[in-house]
Amino acid sequence: MITAGVDIGSKTVKVVIVKDGKILSKVIMPGGRKKDEVADQAFNEALEKANVKREDVLKIVSTGAGKKKALYAKDDISEVGADAKGVLFYFPNVRTVIDVGAEEGRGVKCDATGKVLDFVINEKCGAGAGSFTEAMSRALEVKLEDMGQMSLTSHGAVPMNAQCAVFAESEVISLIHKKIPKEDIIKAVHDAIAARITSMIRTIGVEQDVCMVGGLSLNVGFVKSMKDALGVDLLIPEDPEFIGALGAALAAQG
Amino acid sequence: MAKEYWRWTEYRWTSPDVKLNGQQYITCGIDVGSVSTQAVIMLDGKLFAYSSMRTGSSSPESSQKALTWALEGTGLAQKDVQYIVGTGYGRVNMPFAHKTVTEIACHGRGANFIYGPTVKTVLDMGGQDCKAIRIDEKGAVKNFLMNDKCAAGTGRGMEVFADLVCVPIEEVGQLSLTVEKEPPPVSNTCVIFAKSEASALLEEGWEVNKVLAAYCSAMAHRVVSLLQRVGVEKEFAITGGISKNPGVVKRIERELGLEALHPNIDAQIAGAIGAALFGKAFLAKGGK
Repeated sequence: MITAGVDIGSKTVKVVIVKDGKILSKVIMPGGRKKDEVADQAFNEALEKANVKREDVLKIVSTGAGKKKALYAKDDISEVGADAKGVLFYFPNVRTVIDVGAEEGRGVKCDATGKVLDFVINEKCGAGAGSFTEAMSRALEVKLEDMGQMSLTSHGAVPMNAQCAVFAESEVISLIHKKIPKEDIIKAVHDAIAARITSMIRTIGVEQDVCMVGGLSLNVGFVKSMKDALGVDLLIPEDPEFIGALGAALAAQG
Repeated sequence: MAKEYWRWTEYRWTSPDVKLNGQQYITCGIDVGSVSTQAVIMLDGKLFAYSSMRTGSSSPESSQKALTWALEGTGLAQKDVQYIVGTGYGRVNMPFAHKTVTEIACHGRGANFIYGPTVKTVLDMGGQDCKAIRIDEKGAVKNFLMNDKCAAGTGRGMEVFADLVCVPIEEVGQLSLTVEKEPPPVSNTCVIFAKSEASALLEEGWEVNKVLAAYCSAMAHRVVSLLQRVGVEKEFAITGGISKNPGVVKRIERELGLEALHPNIDAQIAGAIGAALFGKAFLAKGGK
């Protein structure tokens, strides 16, 4: 049985096509303004990659902040539900999922079947998600993809006063004037986001195994900060950005 | 160089009426904020000269620069200033200040000077914080609430928007009032998210004045909830840079159902005025 899942996030659109429990293809595209058009494009590309025709796909389920924009989806599921299902595909012993995306940070507790037992979301503050690292990469003039490695080379701790990503931009400029090395500043930013996410997760409790997904889990520096803050090991699946779409595709399998 | 829409004009002023005339108390108040610095010189508690400029990366340097600029062309030298009081977040690092006073106290005092003894509730919207302050008829603080953790409702937030829509920040307020029908406010209070929301609206074809109206509306709503938590007692007045943004001021008035008192001097210098007045009080007590 062939199904598809489409995850329309605030920054990117992801599509995963699954057949009988195997992933046939994955596509990710920048969301842009016209999310419904991009959702279409991404789906067509995924079909091509999977060598599958549209009519062979039995069911399409959507998820993500823009889930209603996937006009071709029959159904939609919550992002927390998608997270749980997607993660269990890789790691059947996971009971806590942490998903840090561009504009949202989430914590999900689930059981062995992927049923969501509890969850917590931060969608109000940009400093608890990827938008913070993006703002910092602009302020520091460092490529976003280099931030992870750079922060691992940091030796010192730099206290950051600003809790807001907008204020942090100005604070970073004065830190640079004080000749604080960029890698120390980046580590401070990762630590700040990790601290925020960790205190959020603690409100629902941390039960192992713990898995981290979402775009920010590709940042090795942030992952280290999260491990230090949580005090437990973190499992990260391959292609962690696709977990939502995968979870939706698996939900479509019924 | 690309035009910097967020960059507001720095300025100085000398009183056309108040002249150096052997006054007893020559005091100065310097308010070093994270975004702007104001220096105010007062002679016997009367406004003599002031300056307002962007705070640089070094706050001691900024406070000195603001003071030097305020004194420019007045005939008064820094050594003749008897008492300098620092306030604002940069006050802890002002080596030439005689004393420091919290910005809450200074804004209370300053609002009392600008608006008179009837003002009982002050909303200060600064560069990186906003404060709701209850004061008595002398300008002494009775209660206050502050948000300094989040850019929503602050000047920095407005700067981000001016940049986004490419409108000079001083024109943002007026432009937002030219809408025919008031649009719904942007749903996100977080400036970062509001910015993405606004970009999407612009893409959808919203005109700039409509986007600005939506943002000013959200900002007004944010600060009104802060005000309501501390309680609003008439008369109500606004200080800080955003008091000069009619788009936000009018919407605050609408939501509160209360008109703000109108200043006849620049309310952005309220903190520095309060500090200069504290300087006079300290001198009068014979203190140092």
